[in-house]
Formats: sequence, C-alpha cells, structure tokens
Amino acid sequence: MNSRKQWALKSGIALALAITGVIAQAEPLKANVIHWWTSGGESAAIRQFADAYNQAGGQWVDNAVAGADQARATAINRIVGGDPPTAAQFNTSKQFHDLIDQGLLNNVDAVATKENWAAIFPQSILDSIKVNGHYYAAPVDIHMPAWFFYSKPVFAKAGIAGDPKSFDEFVGDLDKLKKAGVIPLALGGQPWQEKITFDAVFADVGGPDLYLKVYRDRDQNAVKSDAFKKVLASFKKLHDYVDAGSPGRNWNDATALVISGKAGVQIMGDWAKGEFSAAKQAPGKDFGCFPGFGPRSPYLVAGDVFVFPKTDNATAIKAQNLLATVMTSPQAQVAFSAKKGSIPIRPDVDVNQLDICAKEGIAIMKDKSRQLPNPEMLLSPDMQGALTDVITNFWNKNQSVDDAQKAFASALKG
Amino acid sequence: MGTLKSHALPEMTANRRPVAKTRGRPLRKRWSLAAWIALIPMVVTVVFAYLGTMLWTARVSLSNSRTFPSNDFVGFTQYVRLFHNDRWLVSLQHIAIYGVCFIVACIVIGMLLAIFIDQRVMAEGVLRTVFLYPYAMSFVATGLVWQWILNPELGAQSLLHKMGFTHARFDWIVDQDFVIYTIVIATVWQASGLVMAVMLAGLRGIDDELWKAARIDGIPRWRVYMSIVIPMLGPSISTAFVLLFVAVVKLFDAVVAMTQGGPGTASEVPAKFIMDYLFGRANIGLASAASIVLLATVLAILAPFLYARSRSASRKEV
Repeated sequence: MNSRKQWALKSGIALALAITGVIAQAEPLKANVIHWWTSGGESAAIRQFADAYNQAGGQWVDNAVAGADQARATAINRIVGGDPPTAAQFNTSKQFHDLIDQGLLNNVDAVATKENWAAIFPQSILDSIKVNGHYYAAPVDIHMPAWFFYSKPVFAKAGIAGDPKSFDEFVGDLDKLKKAGVIPLALGGQPWQEKITFDAVFADVGGPDLYLKVYRDRDQNAVKSDAFKKVLASFKKLHDYVDAGSPGRNWNDATALVISGKAGVQIMGDWAKGEFSAAKQAPGKDFGCFPGFGPRSPYLVAGDVFVFPKTDNATAIKAQNLLATVMTSPQAQVAFSAKKGSIPIRPDVDVNQLDICAKEGIAIMKDKSRQLPNPEMLLSPDMQGALTDVITNFWNKNQSVDDAQKAFASALKG
Repeated sequence: MGTLKSHALPEMTANRRPVAKTRGRPLRKRWSLAAWIALIPMVVTVVFAYLGTMLWTARVSLSNSRTFPSNDFVGFTQYVRLFHNDRWLVSLQHIAIYGVCFIVACIVIGMLLAIFIDQRVMAEGVLRTVFLYPYAMSFVATGLVWQWILNPELGAQSLLHKMGFTHARFDWIVDQDFVIYTIVIATVWQASGLVMAVMLAGLRGIDDELWKAARIDGIPRWRVYMSIVIPMLGPSISTAFVLLFVAVVKLFDAVVAMTQGGPGTASEVPAKFIMDYLFGRANIGLASAASIVLLATVLAILAPFLYARSRSASRKEV
C-alpha cells in the first residue's frame, strides 16, 4: 500500500514536471491501465512503461489489482458497467477472445500497420492477438513457462557435469541428486505448477507435432496414441523425485529450495529469475538454466498483452494508440524485460542489458521451428482448466496411465 | 449462581429474551405501521439484491454464457455438463464428509467448552476470550499457519522426528484420503468457540432452582446435563446448527488458504468450483448452474429443519 502511494506521489511529481516543462498547450492523454503486476520486480517493470508513456506526453493512471483473476474480473466488470479502462492486461491467450466476439474492444490496426507488427512479432503471438484480420491487443512480453532452473553447487556436489541432453539423461541426473541427499525436483504441488511440469515433459518427450495435434487440433487419435501414453508415463515418473512436502507449496517456496541448495532443479517460468536475483544469485554462476533437452528443444511461448476496451472518445482512442506504440517500442521493451525476467516481443533490440537466460531465449526465438505456443493460446480457459484437473489427479492419485489417457481424451472433447 | 453469572454475561442472557418473546403468538398478530416502515429498506434489499440475483443466476444457468452472460437458451445443458464433471461430483462428496464431521465436532467440542466454563472456573473471562478468539481472525492468515503446522517437512511431523520419534507420521495434508479431515480440524478449531458462546448463553439461562432440586434428589451431575440441561438447550443447539451449516456451504477460504483444493482435487469443495468457473475458467453458465444446485440442496436440507422447528415452537404455545 505504502509503496503504491509513494509511487503515485512520485509519478504525480514527474507528471507535474512534465506538464509544466514540456506540454503547456494540450491536455495530457490520460490512460487508465489495469494490470496485476504488484510484486517488487513486477511493479518496477510496469513503471518502465509508465515512465515511457509519460515521457511521450501521456498521463499514466495506474490501476494495479493484485491477482490475475481479480484483475481480469475488474477489467471485465468495468467494461460491462460502462466505465472501461483505457487498457487492461490479459495473458497472451484466448482469455480476451470473448471480449472481441462481443465487440467490446477497439482494434489498434493503425499502430500495427505503422509499426509493421506482422513482420516483427512471432507467429504464435500474432495468432493470439489478430482476430478476423484485426489486431486487438498489444503484446508486451514473452514468458517461457517451463524453464529448468538448477543449483550449480548442488549439481557439482552430485557429480553432474552439464545440462542433460535428453529426458532419460535428466532422469539419470535426478537419480544422482537423490543419492546426494537433496530433493531432486523442487515442485510446488499446485495444479497449475503440475500442469507446467506436464507441458514441459510433453513438449520435450512428445515433440512439437504431437503437442500441436493434441492442443491445437484436439485430435482424439493423437491422445490415444502410444506416443502420448509415453508422455504421461514420463511425467508420472518425475513423481518419484519430489519430496513429501510438495503438495500445496507455492512456486516461490520451491524456488527457495533450489536457492538454498536443499533441492536440485525446478521447472518454472522465467519469472522465477526474480527470486534468484532477490537472493543475490547470478545466472550462469550460482544457478543454471536450460529451456529443454538438447539444441532442438521446443520453446514454449506465453506472455502478456494489453487490450483496449471500446470507446468512441477521440482522446481516449489517441491514448490507446499511444500506449500500444510506447509499450511495443524497442527501448521500453528492453527496459521492461530487464526488470520482469521475460524476453522482448521483438528481436530488433539491444540485448546487452539482459541476463544470459534471456539471451539464450532470444537466440532460440530466432529459430521459428522451435517456437511452440503454450496451451492457453490454443484452448479456451474452460478446457485448459479441465485438462489441469486431469493432470493434477493423475499426478496425485494412484491412477493408471490408461485411465489418465482416457480422462484426458474425454476432457479434450469438451 | 444465577445472579452472579448474569452479571458476568449480561449481553448473552439479554439475547435470550427477545428470541423467546418473538416466538409468542400475541406479538405476531399485532400490526405496526412503524415497524413495517423500518423494515422497508431490508425488504427492498432482500427482494432486489437476494431474490433478484437468484432469479438472474437461474436464468444464466440456462444459457450458454462464457465470459459474459448471454441471452440464448440451452435448456438444462449446463446441468447435464455439471453432473458429468468429475470435479463437481468429487466436490459434493467432500462437502458431505466435511459437513457431517465439522458440525458434529463443533457442537460436541463447543458444548463441552461451554459446560467447562460454566463450572465457575477462575479467569472465566480470559478463557472465554481465548476460545472465541480464533473466530475473530481471518482464516486467510490462520489457514497459512495451519498449513505450516500440518506440512510434514516443516510442522508437527518433522518436530516429532527431531524429538526422536522417527516413525511418527502425521502427513494428512498431503494425503489424498485424509486431507479433507485436516480442513475439518482447522475449521473446528476456528468455529467451536462460537458454538461455545451460543451454548454458554443457553446454559446461563437455565434456572438455578433446577440445579438445587437435582442436588437434593442426589442426581449425579453428568446425568443432569444429559437428561435435563442438554434437552433444554434445544434452541441454542439449533441456532448453532444453522450457523455451522451456513459455514459448511460457503466453505472456501480455509481450502484456498490451506490446500488450494489439493493434493490433486482431494479437497475441492463446491464454493471453490463455482469461483474457479466464474472467473479463472470464464464459464458463467456452468458456475451459475452449480450455484443453483447448491442453493437447491441447502433449501432441501434446511427447509424441513426450519419447518419442524417452527412447528414445535407453535405447539409449545398452545
């Protein structure tokens, strides 16, 4: 609360200076922005956008709502209630497609054409934001939800030389960690974290073709195939390597186990880097990161966007266009990504400020064949939820692979 | 005894009287314009905010609404979907197990606490506050503490291991079959103080002469409680039951704070199902259908109970 007040005060002062110093003639373009970035690193990141927007002649009005679900509910309620914000955060997914269908969003085609979005953004992100030929959202970051983070000292102690190159090698490493007396796999046993772990295994063991057949095409035969069965079995195998305290654990508590050397490796999104840097640990030195097994491993693409609720007010539309331009600009992208732990949505940026994990991510993103959309971009929130239920049941219960396969197939039917 | 205690607990004994009086017939027959005017704001709130939203929810549950309420009509499709949803079915089982254990444990423990405090113990006020205190705290905070206590790697089990009892096992919170009972334990800890307060008010209302008479007849204390006092506490028990029943139906914060419905779906409950589908899973139609089913269940259980209560009350007056 205090920091928010302080932030409001600071931005107020900055604003006052900006108004008196630069623009005396016109009203600043007020932008009411709803987002859920409230933790330390996150609010530092969104401040980069706010500063950039204010410098461009706007007036950023911050509406931080803790919790992604709550923030989205607030945005939807305000849109339906006739008091829409200028912009609202959603995930790069199908979450906002209902809003588009109801005609409740403005498009930002003007900005997209001018800035040539079609040429610079990855295809999976374009697929999410471009509906019926119009651009309805400004993407702001790319998160990869399934990085492997490991403690370098613990790996050294267990006698593990380098990053594992295959799933079997990874299991071998987990065995070594077990022998060394640490928790091999630090997992927060909450359904969404178990789903992330499953998707990591799915992409690496099943391969991109099977992954897309299941998640994009919802192909029943693919789900019933032996290859998918192998994916489920591989995933369940990891259960031998988590500790008894795993169920219900928060993701950052699991990261803390890796940081303190009590656990070997965690599978988590790149936002976990914030925890490491808060503990003064450096990537490449104290902890290692790899996005999958071997040089051809797929790279899951997720992230955040801002949508622009419908309005006829010319000033508000101007503000929306300015926001879309500023947030996707190379400078703001780098400043934001450095604080957020994500990677920029465009390749034409100066990467020197970013850490080595992010640099590796950017290098991988240049190879289009390795990009793989995360399930939320391909499935409705409802179905994603149903599949999460299947996976968490399979992980926690004494359920056979065949039964899990059947449950998965029936959940995918909808 | 009576005078001494009514000093100690003026508000509780005072509470008892209006309950007894409103149940009397003569008052009900008297119409008062002023009273109705005073009631209007509440009546309006009930009609529009409660009944209105209930009807609205019922309407939405018959539509194919996703993120937004839509106006189409799909009949009972959402209800069919609901009862083919494993998670919903499992939530219903959990809430049934939880409800029985929670209500019985709360009433028994609350009653024992009240009887214990009623024995003119020292520092009664302090004890009463101590027992009632958990109820005053938000479960979001205390649930987290319970989570730590019950965590096998951090809490009670690891403490026992460190003390040398290496075979001691208390890992219910990570066990598929027992996790729901950890929720019972934590919420009983929270709510039994409230039951104690309700029961204590009832106990304080029992005439002292009764105790004197029993003593003269040489009836043992436990027997007086079993055969005379507890039956006389009927109204207090049913009040406690209604309060606890409502708490069971809306059980949500304890689960979210302690287990988030896990491990797996082993501690999922209907309220959490509704919240998840309402927001995160953007399926208002299904969430509304679940709400209506929940409402119908509550009415089906509470209505006969309340009817029986009002019947027995009116019989007494005749």
